[in-house]
Amino acid sequence: MAVLDISNLCIEFPTRRGVLSAVEDLTLSIEAGEILGIVGESGAGKSLTGNAIVGLLEPPGHVTEGVILLNGRDITHLPESEMRKIRGAQIGVIFQDPLTSLDPLYTIGQQLTQTILTHKKMSNAQAKAWAIELLNEVGIPAPERRFDAFPHEFSGGMRQRVVIALALCCDPCLIIADEPTTALDVSVQAQIIALLKRLSREKGVATMLVTHDMGVIAEAADRVAVIYSGRLAEIGDVRSVIDAPKHPYTKGLMDSIPQIGQNLKILPNIVGAMPRLDARPDGCAFNPRCSKAKFICHQQAAPLIEAGSVGQRAACWVYEGGEKYV
Amino acid sequence: MSEQSLLEVQGLKMYFDVSPPLVTRLLNRMPRQVLKAVDGLSFSIERGKTFSLVGESGCGKSTVARAVAGLYKATDGNIIIDGQDLANANGKSKITDISRRMQMIFQSPYASLDPRWRVRDIIAEPIRAFDLANDKRDERRQVEQLLVQVGLSESDGEKYPHEFSGGQRQRISIARALSSKPEFLICDEPTSALDVSVQAQILNLMTELQDELGLTYLFISHDLAVIDHISDWIGVMYLGRVCEITPKAELFSNPRHPYTKLLLETIPDLRGGSHRKPLEGEVPNPITPPSGCTFHPRCPFANERCTREQPVLKEYGPAKVACHAVDEERI
Repeated sequence: MAVLDISNLCIEFPTRRGVLSAVEDLTLSIEAGEILGIVGESGAGKSLTGNAIVGLLEPPGHVTEGVILLNGRDITHLPESEMRKIRGAQIGVIFQDPLTSLDPLYTIGQQLTQTILTHKKMSNAQAKAWAIELLNEVGIPAPERRFDAFPHEFSGGMRQRVVIALALCCDPCLIIADEPTTALDVSVQAQIIALLKRLSREKGVATMLVTHDMGVIAEAADRVAVIYSGRLAEIGDVRSVIDAPKHPYTKGLMDSIPQIGQNLKILPNIVGAMPRLDARPDGCAFNPRCSKAKFICHQQAAPLIEAGSVGQRAACWVYEGGEKYV
Repeated sequence: MSEQSLLEVQGLKMYFDVSPPLVTRLLNRMPRQVLKAVDGLSFSIERGKTFSLVGESGCGKSTVARAVAGLYKATDGNIIIDGQDLANANGKSKITDISRRMQMIFQSPYASLDPRWRVRDIIAEPIRAFDLANDKRDERRQVEQLLVQVGLSESDGEKYPHEFSGGQRQRISIARALSSKPEFLICDEPTSALDVSVQAQILNLMTELQDELGLTYLFISHDLAVIDHISDWIGVMYLGRVCEITPKAELFSNPRHPYTKLLLETIPDLRGGSHRKPLEGEVPNPITPPSGCTFHPRCPFANERCTREQPVLKEYGPAKVACHAVDEERI
C-alpha cells in the first residue's frame, strides 16, 4: 500500500470574481522509501497540493473533491485537532526558507525537544538524547555543543539541516519538502539533496519533493510529476520524463533549460506564459502555447494516457488510441 | 587600457563598517569590524561582449554590480568607463553623461517596478531624467517603440505592473533600461526570479538586443548554465576576490582554480543523473575571513603557503588565476 495516495484532488478558491480552481483532478501516490518530485512553474499549484495534504491551505482555499489517504486513512477533511496529531508526527514538513521556519527566540535544542515531547511519551533527558542523535544524523558537527545555539548562529545550510531534523523528530512516514534547496547555494544544495536521499533510503520515508528546479529533481527523485496550471501534465519515472518527455509542455520545458557546453545562440523556448487561473482556456490549459494542438484540445482537457516507457503517462490527446508522436 | 574595452575596473575595494554601536564597543573593548565585501578586484569588459561574475551568495558579486553602477561609492580603486573615471568624475554634466550610458536590470521584477506608476511612465522616466525627448509626442513614440522592441505591445503602456506576469515585468525593466539609449547594461541576476521557460525567453531577448544594439553586458548570476549560455568572459568570485578570469570555453573545458573545479562539480546534471559530489563545508563568514588564500579551509590542494600568503592573479594562457597550487604546478 502506498504511504500517500491522492485521488482526484480539487482545490478551489472562491473569490469575488467567481470560483478559481487552483488544482484540478490530481491523482498521485508515493510508496515508502520513494522520492516523488513535483515540478511546475510558480502558480501551477505544486505548493498548494503539499499544503492540502498537511491541512494548511490558506482560507478561502479548500478541498472540494477528492480523497487524500495516508497509510490508508482518509485525512482529507480531518478537524484541526486531529490534524495536529498527524502533522509533525506522521508527516514532516520542510519549507523553503529555513530562517522563517525556525523560531529565533528559542534555541534549536528547545525547538527539537518541544516537538518530540508534544508527540512522544519521553522524559526530558530522553528527548534531549534523541534530539542530539537527530542533529548528528543530519550532519551537524558537534551536536552536543550546537544543541544550545540559536538559529541565527547557524549558516543557511546548517539551518536547513536543523529544519530537516525537526521534520524527522517523530519518525514520520511522509516528508513534504517544499523547495528545500531554493534558498541555498549550489554547493550546499548538493549536500542537502544527498541528505534527503539518504534519509528516504535508510528510513523508508516517502518524500514529496516540491521544486521548480529540474536539476534537483533529476538528482533526487525516483519519479516525477509535472504540473501545469493546476493539472497533472505528465508523470513517470524520472529518467524517462527527463530524457524522453512526452507532454509538449514537458518537452518545451526541458529544451528551454540551458545546458553547459550546449553552445546555442538562441535557446528554444515556449512562447507565452502559463495562463492565470481566471483566464484558463477551455480544454487543455496548454493549448494556446502548443504547436500540436488540435480541435479536441480546445474542447476538453485530456486524461492521463500511457505514453513512452512503463508507468509514464501524459495528459495529452496526441497519445489517444496508442498513437506515437516523435 | 586597451582600445576596445568599455569598462575597466582596477583594484576595486568595497568595505562596509559593520562595527557595533560606539558605546557597546567602548564598554566591551571591541575593535571596529570591517566587512570586506570586495577586496581588490580588477577586470575589464570589451565593447559588445558579455562579462559574467559567478559565485556563491555573499561572495560580493552584487556589490561589484552596484559599485560599477555608482550606487555605492567605492572605498578604493578605479572604475573607468570609456576612458572616464567614475569615482573622480567632476561636474554634473559628466556624471549625467556616464549614468545615461549605463543602466541596470535588477533581480526581482516585482520589487524594481513602482506599482503605482503606469508602464509608460516607468519606461519614460530615464527619457525625462536625461531630457532625451523633444516633446510629449516624441516621448510617447519612443516608449511605444521600446515596448515593441522587448516583445510587448504598444497598448501595454497604459497598464500597471501588477497586470503583468514575472517575465513580462522583466521585459518592462529591460525596456526602461534601454530607454536612455545606453551602451552598457549591468544585469544583476536578471532571470533568477523567473521560471525556466520564461528565463529562456528573457535570455534570448538579451542576446537579440545585444546583437541589434551592440550592447555590453556585465552579467551577475549564480547559475553556471545560464552563465555558460550568455557570457564571453567569466570571472569566478570567492569571498570578495576573483579566483579566476577566463574565456567561457576555457572555464568549462579547462577550469584551473580548485574552487572553479569544485563549483563545476556541484552543478546538478540533468542528463547524467545523480553523480555530483557535494562540496564540503560552506562559505566562511566574510567578517572574519580565513588567512592567506580565503579558500584554503575548503581546498583539497591547500598547503602551508596557502594559509599564509594571499595569492595574486597570474596569467596562464588566456586565463588569469589566483592560486598557489596552480602557480607551483601542483595541480
